[in-house]
Amino acid sequence: MADLAGDTDNLLRFRDDEVHDEPAMTLDSFVADPGNASAVRLEAGDDARALLPFIDRLMLVEVSFPSFRDGRGYSSARILREAGYTGELRAAGDVLVDQVSPMRRCGFDSFAPEQPIDQSVLRRSLDRYDDVYQKAADGRVPVWQRRHG
Amino acid sequence: MYKYDEYDQSIVDARVEEFRDQVQRRLAGQLTEDQFKPLRLMNGLYLQLHAYMLRVAVPYGTLNGRQMRLLAHIARTYDRGYGHFTTRQNIQYNWIKLADAPDILAELAKAEMHAIQTSGNCIRNISSDQFAGAAADEVTDPRPWAELLRQWSTFHPEFTYLPRKFKIAVIAADEDRAAMRLHDIGLQITRRDGILGARVFVGGGMGRTPMIAPEIRDFVPADQLLSYLEAALRVYNRYGRRDNIYKARIKILVHEIGADRYRDEVELEFAQVLTLGIDPPAAELARISAMFAPPAFDAVPSVPHELAAHDPDFAIWRTQNVSAHKQPGYAIVTVSLKPIGGIPGDASADQINVMADLAERYSHDELRVTHAQNIVLPHVREADLYAVWQALADAGLAEANLDLISDIIACPGLDYCSLANARSIPLAQKIATRFAPRQQDLGELKLKISGCINACGHHHAGHIGILGVDRKGTENYQLLLGGSGAEDVSLGKITGPGFDEDGIVDAIERVADRYVAERSEGERFLDTYRRIGMQPFKEAIYG
Ligand code: SF4
Repeated sequence: MADLAGDTDNLLRFRDDEVHDEPAMTLDSFVADPGNASAVRLEAGDDARALLPFIDRLMLVEVSFPSFRDGRGYSSARILREAGYTGELRAAGDVLVDQVSPMRRCGFDSFAPEQPIDQSVLRRSLDRYDDVYQKAADGRVPVWQRRHG
Repeated sequence: MYKYDEYDQSIVDARVEEFRDQVQRRLAGQLTEDQFKPLRLMNGLYLQLHAYMLRVAVPYGTLNGRQMRLLAHIARTYDRGYGHFTTRQNIQYNWIKLADAPDILAELAKAEMHAIQTSGNCIRNISSDQFAGAAADEVTDPRPWAELLRQWSTFHPEFTYLPRKFKIAVIAADEDRAAMRLHDIGLQITRRDGILGARVFVGGGMGRTPMIAPEIRDFVPADQLLSYLEAALRVYNRYGRRDNIYKARIKILVHEIGADRYRDEVELEFAQVLTLGIDPPAAELARISAMFAPPAFDAVPSVPHELAAHDPDFAIWRTQNVSAHKQPGYAIVTVSLKPIGGIPGDASADQINVMADLAERYSHDELRVTHAQNIVLPHVREADLYAVWQALADAGLAEANLDLISDIIACPGLDYCSLANARSIPLAQKIATRFAPRQQDLGELKLKISGCINACGHHHAGHIGILGVDRKGTENYQLLLGGSGAEDVSLGKITGPGFDEDGIVDAIERVADRYVAERSEGERFLDTYRRIGMQPFKEAIYG
C-alpha cells in the first residue's frame, strides 16, 4: 500500500508526487475560462465528460461526495480514468472508510474525508480481498483473467 | 450446478471477515446506526419490527441438498425453526440477533452461499427461470449467464451506491416464468445467426409506480453483454434521480427521458466501454456452462398419466403440481409452500430437510426456489413421482394448488414489516381457506397481496391483486384485476373503493362467481377478464 501520510487535514494520498496546492475551480468557471488552471472540483451532478478536452493538463480533479450514499462520483472517476486522465483524483466529503476500497478501484488515488479515517481499519479493509471479479480502473487482474490466463 | 473455485471461495470468505469486522465496530460504537445501515444492508441484514431479518441469497434460485440442509440448520439454530422463501428466490429469517450474523455467514460460506447484495442500493440477487435446465422450451440454460452476472455484479466498485436497488432477471424461453419485464433489467437469451446473445429490457418494476420494461436493445452478443450492462448501469448511476426515494428506480429515469433517449445514452457509453475489454473471454461462459451440463438422465419410458388413477389425491397433485420435462420419462415437481391456512412461503426446518432429502434421492441433488415462493424439484423420474408425493404428504407439503387461487404470493405485511399499512398473511390465510373447496374449478388464478404500496407481494402482477392501504388509521384493502407477470405481462387495475378484511374476501367471491358465469370453454380468469373487461366485475362487486 502507498504512503498514507497526508499533509492536509485528513488527506490520504496513494501517490508519490507532491500535493498539488492550486485551489480547485468549479466546473462552470473552469469551462467558461480555463486559463492556466489545472485543478477542478466536480460536484456530484457535474458531467465529468466536460473535462475530457483538458485531461492532459489537469493535475487535480476533486470529486465531491455530499453524502456517502450518493454514488455518482464513482462513475465520474471511471470516466476520467478511462479517458486517460493520470493526475490526482480526489474523493472529498462524506467518504467513509469502507468506501475507500471501491473508490480506489474506480480510480481515486486521494481522499479528503470530512471525518478522519481510522488507519488500522483502512489497512484491514484495503488488504481484505485478494481477488476481484471485475476489471475496473485500478489495474487489478480480475478473476476471469486469472482463470484463463 | 455451479461449483466455487478457489477465487470464489476466497471472495466469500473475505466477505465474512469484513462483515465480522463491521459488526464488531458497530457493537463497539465506532459506527453509528446511520453509517452501519448501508453496510449491513449490503449483506442482507434489515432491522425489522421485532428483530433483525437476514436474507440469504439463493443465486438464480438454484441450490443443492447440502445447501438446503444448511438453511434448515440455520432456521433451527439461529431462528425460531423456520425460514421464509421470498419472491426474489431467496430465503429470509425473521428473528436473527446481530451478534450471530457473522457466524451465520461463516456457516453459509462453507456451503458456497452468502448474503451478499441481498439488499441495499446495489445490484441484487440475479433471478431466473425456476425450470431452467428442465424446460422443453428454452434456447439454452439461462443460469450460466446468471452466474456470469452474479460474479460481475458482486462488489462492483462503481455500482454499490446506486440511486436505488437494482434487480436483474435472465430467462431463455418464450414462456416467462420469472416476471422478466417487471425487473430493472430483464434479459431474454436468444439465438441470432447461430450466436447466443440477449434481448435487453430496461425499466420495469412494481412499487408505487409499476412499469413494464420497454425493449432497449434487440440483441447484444454474449461476448459484449457485460460491457452493455455496464453502460446501462452507468447511465442510471449518473442520471437516476436521487432527490426522491420514490422516483429513484431506473424505471422512472427511462420513463422521464423516454426509452429512445435512454437507449441513445447507453449506446454512447457502450461504444466507450467496449474499448476497455471488461468482458471475459468466451472460455469463461463455457467454463461456467460446463457445470450446468444436464445431469445423467436415465433412458426410462414415460409413465402414462392414468397410472395415477389408483389414488385420487395423488392424481390431483400430479395434474396440478407436476410439469413437463424436456427429458422423456422425467417430470418437474413444484412443491407448494402454500398449505391452506398457512403462511405463504414459510417452511419449517423439518420440511426443508425433507425437501433436501428428496432432492438428493430423486432429483439429481437439485432444488429451485420460485418467485412465487414455492420449491421445485426439477429432475424427477415419472416413476418416482408417487414416492415423492407420499413423502411430501407426510411432511405437509403436498398441497395440490400450483397456480390456483390459494397459491398466493403475500409479502410479510404488518406482522413483520415496519413499512406495512395492513396485514397480508392473515388475509392470505382467509382467502385460501374460503376458496380452497372450489379452487380446481376456478383454475389458474394468480392472487398476490402486498401490505403497502411498495408492492413486495407483486399485487400489480396478480390476476387478482390486493393492496393494503391505510384509511384513516384502519387497515383497508384495494382490489386489482387483470395483472400478469408472465409473457403476457400486464398491470392490474383497481376496481374501485377498498374494503375491510372480510369485505375484500367477499368481493373476491363475487369476482369469482362472475368469472364462472361468464367464462367460455377453457378460459382462465385472466382471459375472461381481458375479453369482457372490468365493467361486469365492477357491477358484481359494487352492485
Ligand atoms: S409491500 Fe410493504 S408491507 Fe409488504 S413487505 Fe413490502 S414494504 Fe413491507
